[in-house]
Amino acid sequence: MKRAVRHQAQTEIEKAVLVKMYTSMLRIRLFEERIAALYPEQEMQCPVHLCIGQEAIAAGVCMRLEEKDYVFSNHRGHGHCLAKGSAMAPLFAEFYGRKTGCSRGKGGSMHVIDVKNGILGTSAIVGGGIPMGVGAALASRIRGDGRVTVIFFGDGASEEGVFYESFNFAALKRLPVVFVCENNFYATNSPQAARQASCRISSAAAAFDAHGVCIDGNDVTAVYEAAGAAIANARDGGEPSLIEAITYRWKGHVGPNADFENGCRPKDELFDWLDRCPIRTFKARLLECGAMTDEEMSETATIIDKEIDTAVAFAKASPFPGASDLLSDVYAGQNHAMD
Amino acid sequence: MTHKGKDVMALIKQNMVQAINAALSQELERDPDVVIIGEDVGRDGGVFRVSEGLLDRFGPKRVIDTPLAELGIVGAAVGMASYGLRPVVEIQFMGFIYAALEQVFSHASRMRSRSRGAFTCPLVIRTPYGIGIKAPELHSESSEALFCHMPGLKVVMPSSPYNAKGLLASAIRDDDPVLFLEPSRLYRAIKADVPDEPYTLPIGKAEIFQEGKDLTIVAWGAMLHKAAEAAEGLDAEIIDLLTLKPYDEETILNSIKKTGRLVIVEEATRIGGLGAEISAFAAEEAIGYLAAPIVRCAGPEAVVPMARLEDEFRPSTERIRKAYERVMAY
Ligand SMILES: Cc1ncc(C[n+]2csc(CCOP(=O)(O)OP(=O)(O)O)c2C)c(N)n1
Ligand SMILES: [Mg+2]
Repeated sequence: MKRAVRHQAQTEIEKAVLVKMYTSMLRIRLFEERIAALYPEQEMQCPVHLCIGQEAIAAGVCMRLEEKDYVFSNHRGHGHCLAKGSAMAPLFAEFYGRKTGCSRGKGGSMHVIDVKNGILGTSAIVGGGIPMGVGAALASRIRGDGRVTVIFFGDGASEEGVFYESFNFAALKRLPVVFVCENNFYATNSPQAARQASCRISSAAAAFDAHGVCIDGNDVTAVYEAAGAAIANARDGGEPSLIEAITYRWKGHVGPNADFENGCRPKDELFDWLDRCPIRTFKARLLECGAMTDEEMSETATIIDKEIDTAVAFAKASPFPGASDLLSDVYAGQNHAMD
Repeated sequence: MTHKGKDVMALIKQNMVQAINAALSQELERDPDVVIIGEDVGRDGGVFRVSEGLLDRFGPKRVIDTPLAELGIVGAAVGMASYGLRPVVEIQFMGFIYAALEQVFSHASRMRSRSRGAFTCPLVIRTPYGIGIKAPELHSESSEALFCHMPGLKVVMPSSPYNAKGLLASAIRDDDPVLFLEPSRLYRAIKADVPDEPYTLPIGKAEIFQEGKDLTIVAWGAMLHKAAEAAEGLDAEIIDLLTLKPYDEETILNSIKKTGRLVIVEEATRIGGLGAEISAFAAEEAIGYLAAPIVRCAGPEAVVPMARLEDEFRPSTERIRKAYERVMAY
């Protein structure tokens, strides 16, 4: 078996990469925070699952991807799209149900898609994207196009049988795919220990003779390293792996608010994790090693805020789809009639 | 005291969530073989809080939180039911039952036949269906017709707190597997009189929601209320189907014989829907009584969109009204 695991010491990560990862995380954070701020206006008429607190995983993994690579996402998918390089405007337009949205204003936050950017569509079905990602990897193997597929999914999704079916298939065929499990310890309000016999999800890989690793998902450099090895192995060796990235979501399962007030999760637990904020801790490290200055960081934030302002303005100014749009894109060719 | 023609001890005002919770609680109390099983049903009380308080009252042997794995949950429930228990499974939304279809279609529905009657599969799967919480696609499915097509499976759909409670009790006591489809839109929309004590309502029996002479309207679940709203001013007989499989042929036939006109109102897409079955049945059995063609007013051939377009998907009062007028004008 050819396994090209090259662990890089984090000091070796180029400054440009560090800056990009910081920017990527901040872009996700500010994007999600803006949704939370605007949500009470009740103009976004779709449920939103925010990934605040989990930004380092998407940012660290996608930093290792090429433009042509594919990403399969889930209901908590904004961060994956942004880190892969999606523009903000079609996302906001989608949340606002506008015709200019990435899903033409018919799918909302759980149905983000960005085909040009390698995101072939997401759905509300937990685990639904996992076998599709394996299929994409099989297709790229058949085509020989050197593409890697990354599948993001939650700890909850790892309980669906289809996860094991898919991982076995990928391991058997040695497909160019990386399974990234974002373990935030909860599926809706249900804690992992109440659902899983063994809470070490990455250890499942061993049962299929494949590589599994558990990492600190709030440390973007740890993610970057693990993803670098996994993606390199997938791309040239055709060896899939399973990365379990430990993290925590700050908001409730769905919607813009924290959930400890209604007793969903303990407050202390959230506050412990707030202390381990992936962005704040990384920021301190960047300042310390001189990769970025305070001014550069606030400038980055200003630029992102402007990007968000523009995207929101675009979304709010865009037209809504009409009744006839409802009937489009069901089949090729002619739409069915309403009556 | 009487309610709907029955003597009752006490009436309380309940919404559908509370009425279903009461049915679950009373059935757990009545029969030690009844168990509740599903994602978040215990500690959390369910997505819609339908099973709230049941874990505390009946303990973790009777109210079982599961991993996030629909196929495994339904399959385990089929095994428990074959063993002799009466599991009541909650699937969080109807769109998520597709992940479990193999156990529903290939096993639950066939257990009686496969064992040549030696045992049955007294299983209930409860799940919210339909447009109702402003979430697109798989959170708003109305795919009842798929399940009605499968021999061995019963399909029940309440339209009020009262019939939800009575029908769920019957479904749990029924010896065959029952899919119990709860209109998410009505969960908290209506508060009405519900008898406090346990009671059952017959599976397979429709209810005449409103009597009339000129037009028969068949509807079910949340659409019943839209169908009735649109019928204002007409002398229409409105049938609340309640059991979709096996549906109440007699009530439909008797009504058509009286009115000579039939409109079926459904939220699901038209092609291959339950409305198609009912209209074929009416054509086969009562064509001689019909004074006008049968009309279906149904959802379009599309996927349920985001909230703003929901009213274009689900037949609106206006569209339904037009369907009635078409039949009346014929
Ligand atoms: C097949 C299916 N079952 C249940 C649900 C309801 N649901 C939506 S998200 C979720 C929890 C998912 O947990 P996890 O995979 O850990 O992702 P997280 O939300 O924590 O990011 C559940 C149960 C669903 N959408 N699809
Ligand atoms: Mg989770």
